[in-house]
Amino acid sequence: MKYESVIGLEVHAQLLTDSKIFCGCSTQFGKEPNNNTCPVCAGFPGVLPVLNKRVVEFALKAGLAAHCEIARSSILARKNYFYPDLPKGYQISQYELPVCTGGYVDVELDGKVKRVRLTRIHMEEDAGKNIHDAHGDASLVDLNRAGVPLLEIVSEPDLRATAEAGAYLKTLRAMLQYLGVCDGNMEEGSFRCDANVSVRPEGTETLGTKIEIKNLNSFRAVESALEFEIARQIETLSDGGKLVQETRLWDEHHEETRPMRSKESAHDYRYFPDPDLLPLVIDDAWIAQVRAPLPELPNARKARFVNEYGLSGYDAELLTGRKDVADYFEEAVLAHANPKALGNWIVGDLFRVLKERKLDEQLYLARWPLAALNLAQMVQMIDQGKINGKIAKTVFDAMLDSNKTPQQIVSEKNLEQLSDLGIIEAAIDQVLAANPKQIVQYRSGNEKVLGFFVGQIMKATQGKANPQKVNEILREKLKP
Amino acid sequence: MSFAQLTLHEAGAKLRKRELSSVELTEAVFQRIADTDDKVHAYLTLARDAAMEQARGADKELKGSADHAALLGVPIALKDNFLTKGLRTTCASKILGDFMPPYDATTVDRIRSTGAVIVGKTNLDEFAMGSSAENSAFFPTSNPWNLARIPGGSSGGSAAAVAADLCIAALGTDTGGSIRQPAACCGIVGLKPTYGRVSRYGIIAFASSMDQVGPMTKNVRDSALLLEAVAGRDPADSTSADLAVPRYSAMLTGDIKGLRLGIPKEYFVSGMQREVEQAVRAAIGKLEKNGAIIEEISLPHTEYAVAVYYIVATAEASSNLARYDGMRYGHRAAAKDLIETYMISRDEGFGAEVKRRIMLGTYVLSAGYYDAYYLKAQRVRTLIRKDFDAAFKRCDVIVTPTAPTTAFKLGEKTQDPLEMYLSDIYTISINLAGLPALSVPCGFDSEAMPIGMQIIGKHFDEATILRVAHHYEQSTEWHKRKPKLEIQN
Repeated sequence: MKYESVIGLEVHAQLLTDSKIFCGCSTQFGKEPNNNTCPVCAGFPGVLPVLNKRVVEFALKAGLAAHCEIARSSILARKNYFYPDLPKGYQISQYELPVCTGGYVDVELDGKVKRVRLTRIHMEEDAGKNIHDAHGDASLVDLNRAGVPLLEIVSEPDLRATAEAGAYLKTLRAMLQYLGVCDGNMEEGSFRCDANVSVRPEGTETLGTKIEIKNLNSFRAVESALEFEIARQIETLSDGGKLVQETRLWDEHHEETRPMRSKESAHDYRYFPDPDLLPLVIDDAWIAQVRAPLPELPNARKARFVNEYGLSGYDAELLTGRKDVADYFEEAVLAHANPKALGNWIVGDLFRVLKERKLDEQLYLARWPLAALNLAQMVQMIDQGKINGKIAKTVFDAMLDSNKTPQQIVSEKNLEQLSDLGIIEAAIDQVLAANPKQIVQYRSGNEKVLGFFVGQIMKATQGKANPQKVNEILREKLKP
Repeated sequence: MSFAQLTLHEAGAKLRKRELSSVELTEAVFQRIADTDDKVHAYLTLARDAAMEQARGADKELKGSADHAALLGVPIALKDNFLTKGLRTTCASKILGDFMPPYDATTVDRIRSTGAVIVGKTNLDEFAMGSSAENSAFFPTSNPWNLARIPGGSSGGSAAAVAADLCIAALGTDTGGSIRQPAACCGIVGLKPTYGRVSRYGIIAFASSMDQVGPMTKNVRDSALLLEAVAGRDPADSTSADLAVPRYSAMLTGDIKGLRLGIPKEYFVSGMQREVEQAVRAAIGKLEKNGAIIEEISLPHTEYAVAVYYIVATAEASSNLARYDGMRYGHRAAAKDLIETYMISRDEGFGAEVKRRIMLGTYVLSAGYYDAYYLKAQRVRTLIRKDFDAAFKRCDVIVTPTAPTTAFKLGEKTQDPLEMYLSDIYTISINLAGLPALSVPCGFDSEAMPIGMQIIGKHFDEATILRVAHHYEQSTEWHKRKPKLEIQN
């Protein structure tokens, strides 16, 4: 029997607000443990939450960008459970009446667009962190993260394949980054994902037994865990086994999912409306105010790159996947209008550098290894015939981290292209005189030898000779 | 006569005229405490050194000019569920131990900024859960009118302290009657303001949708003065109302001509002590004679109030008290693992009544029971509020007894929680509806125990109930009697 997988994803996106969701504490990452805390986020007696308005605005931005219905009145609810990293003994979240419902994200995969529907987007506070094995027998608690605002974005079970799940996550992450509401950093935990996955015989409608997978800390983990889990479920069913509804944990080290808790032992969270917070009322004026300055989103920008700059869909996708890259590209194009060449340099050489330096894992590059303006000027020098493509690679490498313009590097290293016909001709004559055997070979029909001559001539001119000119003159001279 | 017997209004006037210094007044109060609190047991913690320091500061300020806040230099007592920075706060629970708050409640901050002197922290039922102050983890408080009787609760310590002149005035909190019922039991004035009138920030939460801070004083004018000092919008409390606070003390005109008093028939039923009914009816008669108009009204959902209250309040409490887990502050038991740490710490730290309410509240929020209990209770709560909305179309204030009986004997009801819960049948509907209400003395029973009359107002109309209560008080002598601090059998 052939099976089809049914996947829904729950994303927790940490919001880029300066302060926490219910108090004035900083959200800055990496502070000394328990430095970003106050009586409110540390759950002291008597404290009360006050909802951060920016968090609501960020939720509205995400909701509007994802075409959601915005609730004119929504409720903050308490989710009750005991854990040392949860100082109040409950998490303030949303249950009934979340701020956004419905909506969708269009995901492009293999040239086709897939519409992934959203169930809801809601606001909630993050918990702190328990630190084990650091202090003898005791576990320690760091509450810096307690009260950091999150959006929980829940998709419908619309995804049918691992690759779709990956593409959806990337699209969603790019959208949130474009909106400036989340930095999308999976490794630091500011963009987290849980997956719900089941399988069913292809062509059937009834949903299979749902398994939730937690601890997915990277795109790779999401895809590997889903692959593993889908295979495990199909194998269990094919062997005549039964699946139980449960939560499983992805073990990255052993590359497998393992049972965490079954439905029977699931928590009863005893949700109820938080009496400390009034219903959140959002009027049309507020929605309009958030909607007006919404930035151009990845899908729209990609379409514009294809139309306006004549890029291929593939290159446009690569360039708009990250907002900072797209911004970089457009800054360069503004300085020198050769989008195709600039696109190639970015997607090729610049991406290679980012990858080598692991900068591709950071989501907002504040400092690029190479300024967009310098890259633009370098391409301009190529287009003006001042340097050739090969020399440009040298210039590119020399510009990295140097803060020097391509002109400076070309003149310092004396790399300007040789177009003086006299010098080129002299170099050609010298090479031909030294290799009579190869001349005979060429004249007897071995065209490949031409490459040998060009190489020798470039060598003789330290690579600076204008390759076009070399070719022209060489062919002329080699005529029998 | 000891200066400790002065009312807030009298003391303030003497201080401003410099007939009396704050140091003298504060010393008189601490002398009175030294002499008598071993009988009353009103205080859990005294702040003598800090209080004398505050008194000296107040005296310096008083020298400057005659135009001062009403509370400057006046010794005030606080129920021990107000967070006071650097002053032990226990909520009468072992689970908080010797908890030293890192911040002041908004109301405490406001009290301090008026220059008032904070005497100490008064006893209460643990986490404000109870009607007799007997649920304190430390000791019970006695009623100054008869030391063998309860002072009422949960703000029993504050009520007894005011009645016995162990402070000039006090603050309490009221979730289901915890200011008004002890005020009635101890023969003083106690006002629960409209929900949202006074900030809850820094008050140890019991039931968040009903908790409210209010004054407990020797007369009505003092309640008006104290309410003025603490009321008003607080950005740290999302449920506090953004409304201007009237000068209540300037609105005690004595005029009640044409004022419509609603008398709900559901509040005068069997089960209440006859002398209480007689005293309240006599008081209503007096108000009518003085120009008020009597309207018989109906609050048809009254009979469900106790049930609704014990669902909503316990649900909220079960969640509010989850933070007492032994992790960051308060009592932590030595245990072998995390679960045991939670279980033993909470078992050792909470008293029986608190555990009972946590269990009730956990139950009514549980999957499968939520709709039948919590949700239904919220719907009935709406009906109760609508009863009052309808009634207030026909009257300006509603008058009822504060409690069905006068103060009962210590230990009389501790074995029967349901019987104890019925002490609040006349007060809890008001919290469910979020209305303001006060208790004012209206007589004594044959055993010389005080009786209280409850006056309920429209939302944010504290001014009118204060005006009616003040008129009544001024036409009677009840508030002038003083307890003897003796045991009567």
